[in-house]
Amino acid sequence: MLELQNVTVIFNEGTTLEKKALDNVSLTINDGDFVTILGSNGAGKSTFFNVITGSIPVKSGKIFLDGQEITHQPEHVRSKTLGRLFQDPSQGTAPHMTVEENMGLAISSHRSLFAIAVRKQEQEQFKQILSQLDMGLEDRLKTPIGLLSGGQRQAVALMMAVVNPPKLLMLDEHTAALDPVSAKKILEVTNQVIAKDRITALMITHNLKDALENGNRLLIFQDGKVTHDFSGQAKEQLTIEDLVHCYDV
Amino acid sequence: MSPTILMNALQLGLIFAVLSIGEYITVNIMDSPDLTVDGSFVSGAAVCAMMTLAGMPNLGLICSMLVGALCGCVTAFLQTKMKIQPLLAGILTMTGLYSINLRMMKNMPTVNLFIKGKPAPTLLSNEEFRIAILLIIVLVIVGLLYVFFKTNLGLMLRASGDNEVMVKSSSINVDSMKFLGLGLSNAFVGLSGALLAQFQGFADISGGTGMLVLGLAGIIIGEAILKPKNVGTGLIAAVLGAIIYRFLYTIALRLGFAASDMNLVSAVLVAITISIPHLQKLMKGAKNNA
Ligand SMILES: Nc1ncnc2c1ncn2[C@@H]1O[C@H](COP(=O)(O)OP(=O)(O)O)[C@@H](O)[C@H]1O
Ligand SMILES: [Mg+2]
Repeated sequence: MLELQNVTVIFNEGTTLEKKALDNVSLTINDGDFVTILGSNGAGKSTFFNVITGSIPVKSGKIFLDGQEITHQPEHVRSKTLGRLFQDPSQGTAPHMTVEENMGLAISSHRSLFAIAVRKQEQEQFKQILSQLDMGLEDRLKTPIGLLSGGQRQAVALMMAVVNPPKLLMLDEHTAALDPVSAKKILEVTNQVIAKDRITALMITHNLKDALENGNRLLIFQDGKVTHDFSGQAKEQLTIEDLVHCYDV
Repeated sequence: MSPTILMNALQLGLIFAVLSIGEYITVNIMDSPDLTVDGSFVSGAAVCAMMTLAGMPNLGLICSMLVGALCGCVTAFLQTKMKIQPLLAGILTMTGLYSINLRMMKNMPTVNLFIKGKPAPTLLSNEEFRIAILLIIVLVIVGLLYVFFKTNLGLMLRASGDNEVMVKSSSINVDSMKFLGLGLSNAFVGLSGALLAQFQGFADISGGTGMLVLGLAGIIIGEAILKPKNVGTGLIAAVLGAIIYRFLYTIALRLGFAASDMNLVSAVLVAITISIPHLQKLMKGAKNNA
C-alpha cells in the first residue's frame, strides 16, 4: 500500500520561476490497484512519481510504502522494491550491454555481487520471460540493446521492471514515444504482467481511451493537485465525454 | 632494428598495457576519463621503489595497486561527496599527489633502485623470464577483469557508465560505483608505474607527465585495429594497442625524434584519432556542397 500525506513539492522556491508542482497531495493506493493517471502537461504527474522514487525531495509531507515511511530514504534503497518505466525507451536500458546483460542487471541487486550474472540457467529464464512478448526477443539475447527498436527496448525495459515483481510499478507515458502498433503491444503486455503477479501499478497516459480501458481506478491531476478520483463502478461508467469536461486535455 | 630493441619495446608495451587497461575502465566502461592518472602512476612507482629498496619488491607491486586504488577513491570522494566536476576532481588529486609522492620519495626527484651499489633484485631482474612474467601479469589481469565484468557487480559498474540516468533510478548506488571504478582503474595505473620503476631501475617524480594520454593512445590504436564490440575484445584491444604504440614509439625514436618529443606525438595522435568521425563528416559536407 502506498500512502502520501500532505505532500508538497516546490521548484525554484523564492525566485520568479517558483512553481508548486505538488500542492498538499494526500492519496492512498491500495494493493493490487491499477491506477491510470491523466492531466495536462505540467500538472505534476511525473513529479508525483519522482517523489515516490526519491529522485526529487519533498518540501513537506510524508510518504509511506507498506506502512514504512520512505520520505527520506535514498533513491537507490527504495528502488529495490519499485519499478519504473519512462517515455523514452533509451532511459530504461543500457545501450551497449546485451539484452541478457540488461535482464541480468534487473535481478542483480538480489544476488551475490561476485556471482556470474548470466549463466545457462538465467539465459533459460530470460528466454522464457521474453518469449511471452511474442517479439522474437528470446533469440536476441546477445544483441546490444541499443540496436533494437524503441518498442523492443521498451518491452525489455518492462520485463526488467517486473522480473522481480515490484511493490509498485510506475509507468510514465511509457507508450507515448512508440508507433501505434508497438504501443498497443506494450500496453497489452503491461496488462498481462500486472495481472499475472497482481502488481500494484500507476500508469500516466495522455490517451483518454487507454486511461478508461485499463485499470480499476483513474486519477486526474491539475496544477499539482488530484482533482478527480474515480474507482470501480464510477470508473467503469466513465466516458471520454465525461473526461473531456474534467480537465483541459 | 636489433632484437634487443624490439624485446625492449615489447616489454615496455606490456607494462603500458597495464596502464591502458586501467584507463579502459574509466574511459570506456565509466565513460569519464580520469585525470588522476598522471599522479597515481607516480604514486605506484614511488611506493614500489621505496619498498624495493627496503627489500620487499613484490609486496611493493601489491602496495602500488593499493595506493593507486586509494588515489582513485580520493577522486571519487571529491566527485561524489564534494560534488566537484569529474575532470577537476582528477586534477585536484593529481596536483595534491605531487607533494605526497615527493614525500614518499624522501624529497628526491629520482629514486634509484640500487642496494649497496648493485641493482635491487625485483620480479623483473631476470631478463630471461622478464617477458614471460610481464605477459602473465597482463593476461591474468585481462582474464580477471573479463570475468569480473560478467559478474553482477561488473554489470552494475558497466551500466552506470552506459546509462547513468537509468542506474540513478535503479537500486544501484551510483556513488559506490564511482569509488569502485576509479579505485580499480587507478590500482592498475599504480601497478603500471611500479612495473616501469622496477624495469627502469628508478622512480621519477615527473614520470607521470603525459601518462593519461599515453594510455589513451594505446586504447585508441587498439580500437582502430580490432573494432571491439564487447568488453572482452575491448580489453584485448587496449593491450594490443599499447604494445603497437610502443613499437611505433621505438620507430619514431630511430627516425630521430627525441624521447621528449613523444608527448607531443601522443597528444597529436590522440587528438586526430578522436576527431576522425568529425573530420569525416566535414569532408562529406564539403563533397555535398561541391
Ligand atoms: N526538476 C525540475 N526543476 C524545475 N521545475 C520542474 C522540475 N520538474 C518539473 N518541474 C515543473 O513542475 C511542474 C510539473 O512538472 P511535471 O511533474 O513534470 O508535469 P507532468 O504532469 O507533465 O509530468 C511543471 O511546471 C514543470 O515545469
Ligand atoms: Mg511528465
